[in-house]
Amino acid sequence: MSMAGQYEESIHKTYDRIRHSKLNAFITLTEQEALKTARAADEGKVTGKLVGIPVAVKDCITTKGVLTTCGSKILDGYVPPFDAEVVARLKKEGAVIIGKTNMDEFAMGSSTESSHYGPSKNPWDLTRVPGGSSGGSGAAVAGLESRMALGTDTGGSVRCPASFCGIVGIKPTYGLVSRYGVIAYANSLEQVGPMARNVSDAALLLDVIAGHDPKDSTSVNAADEVHYTDYLVEDVKGLTIGVPKEYFGEGTDKKVEKAVWDAIMKLNKLGADYKEVSLPHTKYALSAYYIIAMCEASSNLARFDGLRYGLRVGKDENWHTTFSRIRADGFGEEVKRRVMLGTYALSEGYYGRYYLKALRVRTLIKQDFERAFKDVDVLAAPTMPFPAFKIGEHAEDPLSMYMADVDTVPINLSGVPSISVPCGFAGKLPIGVQFIGGFFDEPKLIRTAYTFELNTDHQKLPEGF
Amino acid sequence: MDGEVIIGLEIHCQLNKLNSKLFCGCSTKQQGLEPNVMTCPVCLGLPGALPVINKKAVEYAIMVGLALNCKIAEHTQFYRKNYYYPDLPRGFQITQYDYPISSDGILIVEADGEERLVRIRRVHMEEDPGRLVHQGSIETSKFVLVDYNRSGMPLIEVVTEPDLRSPKEARRFINKIRNILEYLDVFDGSLEGALRVDANVSLRGGHRVEIKNISSYKGVERALLFEISRQQNMKRRGIKVVQETRHYDDERNCTITLRTKEQAEEYRYYPEPDLVPLSVKGWESALREKLPELPEARRERFKAQYGVSDNHAKVMTSEIRVANYYECVAGKCDSRITATWVADYLKGELNYRDMDIKDAFPPETMIYILDQLSKGIITDKGAVEVIRTILDEGGDPKDIIEAKNLAKVETNITKVAITEVLKENESAIKDYKAGKAQAFNFLVGMVMKKTRGRADPTEVNLLLRELLECT
Repeated sequence: MSMAGQYEESIHKTYDRIRHSKLNAFITLTEQEALKTARAADEGKVTGKLVGIPVAVKDCITTKGVLTTCGSKILDGYVPPFDAEVVARLKKEGAVIIGKTNMDEFAMGSSTESSHYGPSKNPWDLTRVPGGSSGGSGAAVAGLESRMALGTDTGGSVRCPASFCGIVGIKPTYGLVSRYGVIAYANSLEQVGPMARNVSDAALLLDVIAGHDPKDSTSVNAADEVHYTDYLVEDVKGLTIGVPKEYFGEGTDKKVEKAVWDAIMKLNKLGADYKEVSLPHTKYALSAYYIIAMCEASSNLARFDGLRYGLRVGKDENWHTTFSRIRADGFGEEVKRRVMLGTYALSEGYYGRYYLKALRVRTLIKQDFERAFKDVDVLAAPTMPFPAFKIGEHAEDPLSMYMADVDTVPINLSGVPSISVPCGFAGKLPIGVQFIGGFFDEPKLIRTAYTFELNTDHQKLPEGF
Repeated sequence: MDGEVIIGLEIHCQLNKLNSKLFCGCSTKQQGLEPNVMTCPVCLGLPGALPVINKKAVEYAIMVGLALNCKIAEHTQFYRKNYYYPDLPRGFQITQYDYPISSDGILIVEADGEERLVRIRRVHMEEDPGRLVHQGSIETSKFVLVDYNRSGMPLIEVVTEPDLRSPKEARRFINKIRNILEYLDVFDGSLEGALRVDANVSLRGGHRVEIKNISSYKGVERALLFEISRQQNMKRRGIKVVQETRHYDDERNCTITLRTKEQAEEYRYYPEPDLVPLSVKGWESALREKLPELPEARRERFKAQYGVSDNHAKVMTSEIRVANYYECVAGKCDSRITATWVADYLKGELNYRDMDIKDAFPPETMIYILDQLSKGIITDKGAVEVIRTILDEGGDPKDIIEAKNLAKVETNITKVAITEVLKENESAIKDYKAGKAQAFNFLVGMVMKKTRGRADPTEVNLLLRELLECT
């Protein structure tokens, strides 16, 4: 009998940890397949950029032959017959897929509390949320249950859990990463993004998933020649950092504000310039984001009728009765709220007042960023206005939960990239700073974040891990 | 004019000459297959699957726009039409709304004694939903099955202004559209489900009724005739026609209420985020050069090249298969005689049998028949008999001529027959001499009867007159 190899050994350990975990980071584990891949890696049969490396995949990303639920009851039992493009790329590079991570139902939320599979916990404080909607991915990476993870970011869903869990998360430029196989919440806003414990891993994972895919018409080939790991360079000299004043002040935790300013001063010491800038339409971003996202969601989620896959409850009656009952039973409260509001906003007579107006705001916000990037190279701002909140804290007031996205949604509306990196602590809770760049400026963001990371000491493991 | 019939049409045609569906790589050859085999994650609308536009479909749509004298857009966009139905796997149909591929066209159809100018509001692209299969009839079926093979089939929708004035004009318009699309080689109208029509009809001054689900060429005229007489009856009895959508039942030939204005559908159209706006600037001029000869041009060419009458040219070019057939035969036979035989005799026999020319016999057979005719081997009547026999029973023209004894009889046999007839009908000869014209016709008839139609009528006339003068 041969001894287990290095990769297999490490994957075994990972699953042991997950089995004893209190984080509830995963909905589905893919242990057998993972061990098979690890063994193949040990035998030298696998090549690529991620050989033997554990990667967790958010459960809204389609995986061939593996249950894919989006954190929803309505996708009960749904096993897709195809891999998302990003998953295919992971496999091609030899990654070991650990399992499917927990998430807010259909990525609607900033806490992972709306998952049908129960909330995930923040490894830094089990009474707190890991953020969302990619909270399972955030918790898994921070809690050493996977070295890397894929999340999706529609209004901050990669960066929020990265910030709350003290890890690195990237929201790539819209169009950089294929959305083929990503179950849509709001398809004009979302991108798959890497999550990891350091900038190097995040850049490596981005290298694997980025690039044109002819199966996604919104995917572009503008940056196909770029290798993101080439930009892991310690150098910010000559860089001008913009500080958007609208991202500080009212509603932002003082400790968060201080940690972000400290980060800016640190970069300044390392050779970067900084100046205050204004993104005047920021105050309209949250409203515009929620209108656009809900409108798109109301249409994207229409396909879940129980007819072809997923939940089928009760006796089959006539069409309307049957699909209405399945949707009533299968969708959670937050999903229903957004589908109903989105349906309303798209209706005749309201379309112009809400949807078209939100699109106009979106254009203004995009122009804000374009103007800013004429003067500065990157923007630095808080990722989240406050650190991780208690589980249940916003349960009674969805609007206060929406407010948490105030600093992340403008980036999705404009389509530009952003990277969130740890920049300090409020008590024992991590704080994240986000560096925002112009379209396809990921190399600049990686350079900035990498230099910052090398010269600071905010990357820590949660107590007990 | 109060009470005048006003008709507008929405004609959906499958671009079934394309190789693949509108947004995925599945084949368009989905007819007669097992249910749900010609599907993929995209046309099944599986979560995460994304549409990618078939570039060739856009080219075809532009060609249709050009052939219908439309303006071609420089930028075009797809929209989502949101509604729940089991045949619609995404819960929305990808179609066009604002920024259709082409708009503002014109097509002229013959109305009784005049020309009707029909304005075309728009021609746009959309995907076909799946197909519902009922066990038995739609009313008695306890459940419904869904076949998604059709899902994602590329369609174009031609929308007219309400410029048509009778069901007959509507039928002609649809035939004309079909013909043009077949000339463009983007459409095969003979395939089942290739064409579906929604018709808007009102009597001037009254409310408009939309008839959905007309799926045959003849159905259009029948549905409109039914609906117009329904509206006229209501009007006569002083009942107001309500604005509503009605469903056409082809089997029972009637229309039934589907929904009234109050239940009007709310489709929440909005731009499809998964398909970026498409710039087709510059495509128009390139495609215009690729346009094949269209019916009108071919009709003029037939007149000039083959010296056929305008009517024959029109009849033959108004169906591409007939026009192609004619050209095949006319290359080998006298072009004017061929025109008579194709446009009048063959077309007439086909219409009588409700047959398509592609199900008749090949042009080679026609060439043979016309050759036998020109060589004097068979008579006109014999040729018609051959055509009828092949259409009804099949078979080889040569065998039929032999089996049915259709070869023209020799002159001496004709002479013998005449002599016999004259012997047997002395009273008729007397009548003839007395100047009664019918008597001559009677005698000709008797000769033809005796030769079982195989005598050449011209020859019979000549010989008979000659012999009568001698007696």
